[in-house]
Amino acid sequence: MRQQGHSVETIAAWALALLWLLPVAYSLWSAFHPSEYATRFDLTAPLTLDNFARAWNQAPFARYYLNTVTLVTMVLAGQLVVATLAAYAFARFRFFGRDVLFALVLVQLMIMPDVLIVENYRVISALSLLDTIPAIALPYIASAFGIFLLRQTFKSVPNELVEAARVEGASSFGVLWRVFVPLAKTTYIAFGLVSVSYHWNNFLWPLIVTNSVESRPLTVGLAVFGAPETGVDWSVITAATVMTMGPLLLAFLLFQRQFVQSFMRAGIR
Amino acid sequence: MVSAVMSAAEPRAVRRRAWLTNANAWLLLLPAVVLLATFTHYPILATLYHSFFSLSRGGASEFVGLENYTYMLEDDVFWQVLRNNIVFAIATVPTSIALALLMAVWVDKKMAGRSFLRLAFFTPTVLPMIAVANIWLFFYTPNYGLLDQFLKSLGFAGHNWLGDPSTVMSCLAAMVVWKEAGFFMIFYLAALQTIPPELKEAAEVEGASRWYFFRRVTLPLLMPTTLFISINALINSFKLVDQLVIMTKGGPNNASSLLLYYIYEVAFTFQDTAFAATLTVTLIAILAAVALTKFVYLDRRIHYQ
Repeated sequence: MRQQGHSVETIAAWALALLWLLPVAYSLWSAFHPSEYATRFDLTAPLTLDNFARAWNQAPFARYYLNTVTLVTMVLAGQLVVATLAAYAFARFRFFGRDVLFALVLVQLMIMPDVLIVENYRVISALSLLDTIPAIALPYIASAFGIFLLRQTFKSVPNELVEAARVEGASSFGVLWRVFVPLAKTTYIAFGLVSVSYHWNNFLWPLIVTNSVESRPLTVGLAVFGAPETGVDWSVITAATVMTMGPLLLAFLLFQRQFVQSFMRAGIR
Repeated sequence: MVSAVMSAAEPRAVRRRAWLTNANAWLLLLPAVVLLATFTHYPILATLYHSFFSLSRGGASEFVGLENYTYMLEDDVFWQVLRNNIVFAIATVPTSIALALLMAVWVDKKMAGRSFLRLAFFTPTVLPMIAVANIWLFFYTPNYGLLDQFLKSLGFAGHNWLGDPSTVMSCLAAMVVWKEAGFFMIFYLAALQTIPPELKEAAEVEGASRWYFFRRVTLPLLMPTTLFISINALINSFKLVDQLVIMTKGGPNNASSLLLYYIYEVAFTFQDTAFAATLTVTLIAILAAVALTKFVYLDRRIHYQ
């Protein structure tokens, strides 16, 4: 009886899992088959890369890829530098105004740049940065979340290691670089994966501040390409969709464990 | 004599060191402070400030007191998007939490292919919302779309799922639940793994049924996780609007519009930044209230370990 209950549950779990994969599986089906097969599921249907070729030729996806890669690299590099310095100060220095300042940093955790679109647009416009990649990146470079995560990690570094480095004559910057940064490797990986996923996928803010092929990331490029008024064939749109989500999906399939653990670490905080 | 000299020199050295520490710390914090002030603190204050002024189309904007707020309270669309947002939260938050828990319980068991199950449930988390919206848009397309084709094969009539005010919200909610449940699953999974196996063994010895154990032991132990997820899901329901840009543009007739999307429309389509600022103040107030609830009700230490 017990055994039977178990197998019913296994079947239910598998059914739900297959249902969960259905949208992704469907997008792959439609992208890799001629458009006649978009809704006809025939296992003998010929495979083709034609939809990808057409999407690639109809819109500047190469440029969009370049923009997105530039964007996520810029955001991540900036975030790592800014958050490392700030977290070091919060974790290891006793200075005037520390607690007030930390509370002010945490404000960004509840009111994220994503909801301040109206005023941030004005700020970016005042800096005459509209329609550039730095305009998309700047509001996210100081990440309260990154500062918070790294501060936690830095706080757990044993004092003896810091003293030992000091005895050897390291400056406070040397201590940060040689002791703290190497010990926080897993935090850096967790934060990095979450940040790259977030900014690869981010849409509304880039949509607002970009207006040209030279600055548009993939997500915005996809939205422009797939808009109904363009009359592009459905199979070609799914091919573009697969191109947009492909790199991240592939990275996830290869490094599944790291992704799940990073999202968990980052979410729990 | 020697000690007197020492004590006179000491405070000066101490003060000098304290000053250096302060200078050092503030220098390290400088980039973060400048960026946060420019893109978080200043915009919050500016939003509040602009909500008290009239729109300056070319001319100067004037102080209008609470006029923008009265206008907001009389705006039917504002109330509709607020209602929509609440409906959206009620439709997505409990459902994704229940599904996340079910998924976590399954993946936590020694079930055949559990790593495949985890993969399947988590995959939607890493996909861009805009790509997801594209795929689901096709599911819901009238007649030609997958859902209608499936229903037609069963003999039902086609339906304009996203064009009908009575079905559009459920369709969008289903998609968001699909996107989020797997993300919440991983927090339950982590929590389930901290429940000591002895508890289960003891319950089995006592002859407790699995359901009884789940209801009386597992569920209460997962309570902090449930609260934590609920709050995150609630915040997300006010933050996630990407899908609307592609799927419905808030329509038909604002039936699927949400507060942040309305702000986006008012600011960038209707160019009414003063009213958009007023709406943003409301959104900030909601998010701050949720964050304070989190602060008061969630004992942080529970999650930090």
